[in-house]
Amino acid sequence: MTIIATEALTKTYGGGVTALADLTVSVDAGVIGLVGANGAGKSTFIKIMLGLIAPSSGSVRVFDLDPVVQTDQVRARVGYMPENDCLPQDVSAAEFVTHLGRMSGLPRTAARERASEALRHVGLYEERYRQIGGYSTGMKQRVKLAQALVHDPDLLLLDEPTNGLDPAGRDAMLALIHRIGTEFGISVVVCSHLLGEVERICDSLIAIEGGRLLRADRISSMTEASDVLAVEVSEGTDELAAALSERGMAVTRDGRMLLVPLDSDAAYDQILRAVSDLDLSLHRLDQRRHRVAELFTTKETADV
Amino acid sequence: MSETGVIHDIGYQRYEGPRLGRGAAVLALYVHGLRASFGFGRSAKAKIFPWMVAGIMLLVAVILAAVRSQTGQTIFTYVQFDDQMAWLIIFFVAILGPELMSRDIGSNTLPLYFSRPLRAADYVAAKFAAMVTAVWLLLGVPQLIMFLGAAFTTDDGAKGVWNEFLDLAPGWGYSLLWALLFSSIGLLVASLTGKRAFAAGGIVAIFLLTTPIVVVLSVLPSSAANHMAGLASPMSLIAGVGQWLSNEPESMSGLDLGRFGPIYGIEAVCLIAACLLLLLARYRKVAAL
Repeated sequence: MTIIATEALTKTYGGGVTALADLTVSVDAGVIGLVGANGAGKSTFIKIMLGLIAPSSGSVRVFDLDPVVQTDQVRARVGYMPENDCLPQDVSAAEFVTHLGRMSGLPRTAARERASEALRHVGLYEERYRQIGGYSTGMKQRVKLAQALVHDPDLLLLDEPTNGLDPAGRDAMLALIHRIGTEFGISVVVCSHLLGEVERICDSLIAIEGGRLLRADRISSMTEASDVLAVEVSEGTDELAAALSERGMAVTRDGRMLLVPLDSDAAYDQILRAVSDLDLSLHRLDQRRHRVAELFTTKETADV
Repeated sequence: MSETGVIHDIGYQRYEGPRLGRGAAVLALYVHGLRASFGFGRSAKAKIFPWMVAGIMLLVAVILAAVRSQTGQTIFTYVQFDDQMAWLIIFFVAILGPELMSRDIGSNTLPLYFSRPLRAADYVAAKFAAMVTAVWLLLGVPQLIMFLGAAFTTDDGAKGVWNEFLDLAPGWGYSLLWALLFSSIGLLVASLTGKRAFAAGGIVAIFLLTTPIVVVLSVLPSSAANHMAGLASPMSLIAGVGQWLSNEPESMSGLDLGRFGPIYGIEAVCLIAACLLLLLARYRKVAAL
């Protein structure tokens, strides 16, 4: 099912700044990564989908609704988590999420129940009765996610959800988003400037740069037939490379590692045999998927 | 986070219940704002100032009612009560405006509101209505106490109560005028900054700085300037409108309107409308962020 479809979507701000140019994509339900460097137009795209700003030209449909005209219907089915800190300090998470649930049109008791449900699902239990001012960054991010979930949307728009989190917090947040996308049956658009981060949890990916579409596709089709084996030995990397080439394998060197295409399961045996023949000590032999990043080498440099 | 709270996970449940529209959200925001005005649902600290002001006003009203019932002497009429409490009202508005407006700006919460069905106009309307109600209650309840005191000690029976009520009704109307004008100015100033202290200071400053202008204008050797002196400050403006509507040539506030009464009325209406339009314009811009 297509949930978001745009047709030559263009947004030019006053002053001639083009945020989005001629963007045509159509996305299926699932976890969708929206990647691009800062200023690539990710936030503008999200705001257009929310009906906060109108596109300059072109059209966008969310659940086959026009956000400009049918704003209320779209917003009732969409939850938004902004990038910046947006929580008051002096109320408890339970109260705040309940209040926003009511702002989404839930009746009083339903709002309260849904708020504690949403907070429980993001992993806030007893803490939800404490004032938000005393929360850690990780907890605040969870509250922001909970307020987007409170009215049970069909689509979540998350703007940089892992912003400011430590590595463990990032992993937990990504796992949570993945869970929302798979177990809860809610589609998620995850905005990020870190491709490596979203590719792990996404079903499909939209990459934009300078407001233009770089590529939009399902992750599986991007990484198809691109599995490689990474081999690392303590020393004698060159000898091993030569030995593997002799066996007819296309070896490429990547720093201290050798990358060997995984054509068949026999490749494991061949590599192991080559290593033991040369009597080298093997540090690592693992299968890794081509990182999607390699498909956007130009984009990656733009990221830095 | 803590995993200890997990006893069993029943999984995510979709919400099948009713979804009320924008109207319900506006109503909820209005009630939320009105409760917040008096610190309900907030920490004890947030209750101190509003209830201090309300407490003083209630106390004054009780004393006035007691004096009147004991001695039969009317110290303030219902309308004069509002005029006499002017500085307390300003203090109250300076607390409320930042509480209702600056708080959401300071904590950056507005994108969360405006990604929901709520529109800029809904938000402004709900906040304005909440503040007008709060200020009106602040004045109306003490007036009601004065009325009850007078009504229970009247000698004329039902007729006396009715006469007293005829005095109370314009008093309530006058309180509403205070509430409308001061709320619109207070909210506009508060919407300009996310820092509550600045907003409160700004509101007090507007009322404080305009008062001397009235004084200067009223001593100028021009009768037109004297008559229109009250236009310069919101407080004397309201007093002027009150005088014009009640057809009193002179009152305790010492204003002499001459034949410029209607101008006071026009300015009051225009000022309220202008403040609300500016608020709306400001929030239209914020909502599109």
